[in-house]
Amino acid sequence: MRKLSTRRRHPLAGIVVLLLALGVVGGVYSAVRFQPASAAETASQNDVDAGRKLFLVGCASCHGKNASGIETKRGGNYGPSLIGVGAAAVDFQVGTGRMPMAQSAPQAPAKDPEYTAEETKQLAAYIATLGAGPAIPDDEYTDISGKTIEQIREGGEFFRTNCTACHNSVGAGGALPGGKYAPRLDGVSAKHIAEAMMTGPQQMPVFSDDVITPEDKSNIIAYIKQVQNQPNYGGMAGGGLGPVSEGLFTWLIGIGGLLIAAIWIGAHGARVKKK
Amino acid sequence: MSTVDERTNIEDTEFGKKAAGPVGWLDDRLGLAGASKRSHLLRKVFPEHWSFMLGEIALWSFVVLLLTGTFLTFWFQPSMAETTYNGSYTPLNGLEMSHAYASTLDISFDVRGGLLIRQIHHWAAALFVAAMIVHMLRVMFTGAYRKPREINWLIGISLMVLGLVEGFAGYSLPDDLLSGTGLRFVDGLLRSIPIVGSYLEYFIFGGEFPGDVIIPRLYMVHILLIPALLLALIGAHMILLVYHKHTQWGGPGRTEKNVVGYPMLPVYAAKAGGFFFVVFGFTALMGAVLQINPIWAYGPYNPSEVTAGSQPDWYMGFVEGAVRIMPNWESTFFNYTWSWNVFFPAAVLPGLFLGVGAAWPFIEQWITGDKREHHLLERPRNAPFRTAFIVAAMTAYGVLWIGGGNDIIATKFHLSLNAITWFCRIGLFVLPVVTFMITKRICIGLQRADANRILHGYETGVIERSPDGGFTERHAPLPVGSQYSLTNHDRLPVLEAPPETDHNGVAAPHSRMAKLRAKAREIYYDGSVDKPTVEDVHHAEEHLRDHDGHPVELGDEFQGVSESGVPRVH
Repeated sequence: MRKLSTRRRHPLAGIVVLLLALGVVGGVYSAVRFQPASAAETASQNDVDAGRKLFLVGCASCHGKNASGIETKRGGNYGPSLIGVGAAAVDFQVGTGRMPMAQSAPQAPAKDPEYTAEETKQLAAYIATLGAGPAIPDDEYTDISGKTIEQIREGGEFFRTNCTACHNSVGAGGALPGGKYAPRLDGVSAKHIAEAMMTGPQQMPVFSDDVITPEDKSNIIAYIKQVQNQPNYGGMAGGGLGPVSEGLFTWLIGIGGLLIAAIWIGAHGARVKKK
Repeated sequence: MSTVDERTNIEDTEFGKKAAGPVGWLDDRLGLAGASKRSHLLRKVFPEHWSFMLGEIALWSFVVLLLTGTFLTFWFQPSMAETTYNGSYTPLNGLEMSHAYASTLDISFDVRGGLLIRQIHHWAAALFVAAMIVHMLRVMFTGAYRKPREINWLIGISLMVLGLVEGFAGYSLPDDLLSGTGLRFVDGLLRSIPIVGSYLEYFIFGGEFPGDVIIPRLYMVHILLIPALLLALIGAHMILLVYHKHTQWGGPGRTEKNVVGYPMLPVYAAKAGGFFFVVFGFTALMGAVLQINPIWAYGPYNPSEVTAGSQPDWYMGFVEGAVRIMPNWESTFFNYTWSWNVFFPAAVLPGLFLGVGAAWPFIEQWITGDKREHHLLERPRNAPFRTAFIVAAMTAYGVLWIGGGNDIIATKFHLSLNAITWFCRIGLFVLPVVTFMITKRICIGLQRADANRILHGYETGVIERSPDGGFTERHAPLPVGSQYSLTNHDRLPVLEAPPETDHNGVAAPHSRMAKLRAKAREIYYDGSVDKPTVEDVHHAEEHLRDHDGHPVELGDEFQGVSESGVPRVH
């Protein structure tokens, strides 16, 4: 200890401490930093160039020529910065038709995609070069073919704990304040569900791989697909909307039908034998 | 029933001869033939109208509930003890859950016919309350609750309250995520009651929510306590119905002292019995093809989970809506939190609806001062205030419904949740006033139209051209029967200001109350059109007979429209 304390006033001590600190911070950062998956790394330079061209034509008017977003005078933005959102975000937003938006709205609705799969890939490759972000998910997220009963049950537990509050127990969607909403989950591909969890599009929170592991994500997807592909036990389901549609059926079909029956019975008096 | 002379007595028929032995044996021991003859029950006459069968829908769906409910009790286990599910529904396989939820899953997936019976039970429950409400509206709109039927009205209100509680208890039993969320709602409601709230919660839940006794307790309430009360009150309802005799619509030959219709046996026994099968068939059909309460989709109850679109069954929807649109008012004094945000909408408002409903016959009696018995129904147009008042209450109820389903409406119609909430907040106060005024105007317009038809007859469709080129339509007098039906209600009372002083010249006692009553009476009858007087009708007859100096006899060749507006030849 004495050795250390006698040299702490050495002219080079400051530099040594600085180097050590930088080394520790840099080391920790590189250990913790998000590792872009292989798909983004393998994108060719051609894809990136083509993606940039597409971006300048179709996206830059809102997101800015450098994809750093355009701020409004009030401090909001026309389009947010896309630096660091990663390829997964592009693949989700463009692949489900949410981007480009048709008009300004509380939330971008899903519609038919404007870009082909090839173009979407190129856009994603370009955005991925701007900063590290989640890449388009591998099979480990989306492969649900060999899921066991235990894994599906596990996925159901995760789904009910994290997702149903907004998306409804069968993924029929739900309302959020101010015209925003959690969309329906039927017909959404496994890849897009995984990307949504990774990137947290629109109102959705991010469920990073530290919060929900890739395996749990695939379990959740397996549960959603299981629930949506199983038959409607008990008959027509009224859209999975619960008691509101049931109440509607009660009044329209039940009371409506029985009123007609009552009117029919009331209109027919007792038959009196005629001579 | 004039042509009954052709009938064959039942004892002379083939069947009668065969049945005489056993029936005689029974009658010797039970004496039913004499009893039914003495009580006149079998020949009790009921009037005919479709709207008199609405209560029957409730009655028959209650019978369906008893039948299907009994089936469900064979398999349901009302226990909140934990178990591991191992049934056929694989997505939940191996999950920890209560016996209540597991056994409901078993009923749905592993008991033959279980899901069908469960769904019939649930649809019948939804129909039971709906039919009670429709029946109650019929009684209200036609003034059928007036003396001597006030007590039966109160019994009806009690049946409605019990029906709501019964339905809610049933909704809570399966212990799925939706029913648990509903119970949590009630827990919050109880706690919002000032001072006694938390004690009530501990009393009902046997400790803190959710505890492990609420489902066994609700089960007892659901299958024993309330069904027994319902059954007893339905019995009393029916006995009073027979005792008072059924109300009827006014018309030729129908007075306050008689009932015109068909006898119980054979006509109404057949009609009502047939209607039971129609109701049973409807509930069975709905149970077979329409899914209701898919508890497997919700998962077992877990207080940390909730699902979007969590709603109570429709009959609690108005309470749900009231809570959803209520501003978040809360205050703290005397070391207590007073949750007006829950207490007002969830406890005070339903109490107000039911309280005003229960008191209405007495309020109306106080306003009108009408203490007579009424067995003839009043047409809704002839009581404009009452009709408009009911429509206003229905509007408020409907606005609360919209509030209760605001999230579903927002997603399905792409609207803003906040906008719907504000629409309901304002609409709850504004729309009832608007619909009140519109309904009252419509009633008064219809009263005028009736007076017009009496005084000016109906439009025949015969167009006459006068020498100077003008066109007029020939009117013909209504048949006397129709005229009678339109005019057999009471004249409007003469409104008088209450005397300020009594005969001694001092200020009259109770004069403030009398003034209030006179004011209320004035509002109640405001705008009502009185029916034409006899003089009016005689005058109109002369006018019709001598129309423009050209009396027209409508002979057999007359090709215009009949009094119902339908062309005679078409």
